[in-house]
Amino acid sequence: MLKIPDSIFQEIRRHGEETYPLECCGVLLGEVDLDVNERRVSLAIRCGNMRTDSAHNRYLIDDKELLAAQKTARERGEDIVGFYHSHPDHPAQWSQTDFAEAHWIGCSYVITAVAKGKAEITNSFLLDGSTEEDKKFVDEKIEVLR
Amino acid sequence: MKIHIPTPLRQYAGKNSTVEVKGGTVAEALANLTAQYGDLRRHLYTDDGKLRAFVNVYLNDEDIRYLQKENTPTKEGDSLSIVPSIAGGL
Repeated sequence: MLKIPDSIFQEIRRHGEETYPLECCGVLLGEVDLDVNERRVSLAIRCGNMRTDSAHNRYLIDDKELLAAQKTARERGEDIVGFYHSHPDHPAQWSQTDFAEAHWIGCSYVITAVAKGKAEITNSFLLDGSTEEDKKFVDEKIEVLR
Repeated sequence: MKIHIPTPLRQYAGKNSTVEVKGGTVAEALANLTAQYGDLRRHLYTDDGKLRAFVNVYLNDEDIRYLQKENTPTKEGDSLSIVPSIAGGL
């Protein structure tokens, strides 16, 4: 389960609309409760998409932005709990590229479909498993806190 | 020196977000880390002992690829961050 305040949920969807027809991306900070397999988001950090060669269908978060996000999480006494990106004119389902490039096991990967500039469905997938060899994406319920 | 462990690898590092290690180079610091927490090794290295391609290592704020890679010297007070990459797309 991914629990996310409505304001942050809307913010990441808006980010996808703003960067359309290019992919947006960002980092989600918060807390992880392993006992109930729950990630609670407290902050979304917008990141730039480094894949300027193919930003309509690829994203890459600058490692330095990731490093800064990790530092912010430490300062807040929190963790990186997930990431988000958009799929312009494409369903909110993970792709083979998303899977191949996903390495943060135990984190949520949130995808928003943006059709003709308008955010549609937002889905979350937990990267489950224990190693690169047995990792898999599992559908994850999103609870929007209003 | 300190090594900052990213969220997914903490379960293999005694649930620590930061581990204190000794080492005169990045390679020595990482070797001491994996000596302390053996389970981390397969998550950081390939079978032939190379750092996995998606594992970025930063010494303070610098990517070690642009320094002297794993031979980069380290000193007391430095911090090393392990940052797996984030990418994807359609």
